[in-house]
Amino acid sequence: MAKREISEINAGSMADIAFLLLIFFLVTTTMDTDTGLIRRLPAIPDEPQIDPPPIKKRNIFEVLVNANDQLLVEGEYMQITELRAKAKEFIKSSPNFPSVVDVTNASNPGLPEFKSEEVPVFGTMLLSKQIVSLQNDNGTSYNMYVKVQNELVAAYNELRNEFALQKFGKTYTELVQQSKGSEAIKEKMRAVKKVYPQRISEAEPKKIGGDE
Amino acid sequence: MSKFRKKGKKSQPAVNTAALPDIVFMLLFFFMVTTVMRETSLKVVNKIPSATEVAKLEKKSLVSYIYIGKPIAALEDAFGSAPRIQLNDAFASKEDILLFVENEKLDRSEQERNKITWSLKVDKNTKMGIVTDVKQELRKADALKLNYSSKATDNIAN
Repeated sequence: MAKREISEINAGSMADIAFLLLIFFLVTTTMDTDTGLIRRLPAIPDEPQIDPPPIKKRNIFEVLVNANDQLLVEGEYMQITELRAKAKEFIKSSPNFPSVVDVTNASNPGLPEFKSEEVPVFGTMLLSKQIVSLQNDNGTSYNMYVKVQNELVAAYNELRNEFALQKFGKTYTELVQQSKGSEAIKEKMRAVKKVYPQRISEAEPKKIGGDE
Repeated sequence: MSKFRKKGKKSQPAVNTAALPDIVFMLLFFFMVTTVMRETSLKVVNKIPSATEVAKLEKKSLVSYIYIGKPIAALEDAFGSAPRIQLNDAFASKEDILLFVENEKLDRSEQERNKITWSLKVDKNTKMGIVTDVKQELRKADALKLNYSSKATDNIAN
């Protein structure tokens, strides 16, 4: 029997083929993770509320945005850059918070009242009755809307950070990051959240100026 | 002199490239596994706004997207320049959102249905009118967890 030598298959071009596939997947791959402002919409009530519980005007922080992207905050014309500080002042509602004694907050009549509530780590505490109300026009640009939302969320985040830093020596952001492992830190996080709850209410939109 | 001649005669052996395909294959498999094909092609202009307080959306499989904006230049002749809603691959009216929400919920397993985040990718020059309509429809459809998709930035004042 003649011994025929089988020549080896040339594998030199295998790398080329693999490269081709590699480049295809490199091009089609998308690795962008979505980022944004996460919000919760209120559920539609099952039956229309006949008599919504009255909220005192002093407890509401009113933000209006018109069709020309102008801001009216608590009856005052304002730039977007001033909104954060103003909102923080309102939400905190007393310069010596959290050690206030006066529930009605009589010394600051323009700022919200307090109510006594149970907080996880600190026990009973006086908490501000703050609510932020945001109303925009149908002609408001989405860019402006996101900016206003962003400033309001930033106000809450900054207050939470400052409060947590003062009480626990850590910012709220750090607490959130570390809360996965430890129950004690989670408890602290909940306490800070309870002290400054994010209450941003969006009023039903009005159609006043500007086309859609 | 003899020293140099010696070096010249002996050529360096070629670098062994036998392992090259292995390395390339390794990279290839990595990209094959991590790749997510774009499932929708954008039909609307989509320049999302920027914000400072953005959070990352953790689970990609639990996010559904709703695009709003003007039709792209190529489609402007056919669809005009008024802002439109895009669901999946097609333009939709706000009445379609209810059905879209139901279909997206059915795609997920039962315990994940309430955890879906609805990411609104809205062009920043859009007026709020259409966005508000979409939000109302989402409320009716019991889709309450929203994300206003925006890019991270340091400074919003401009």
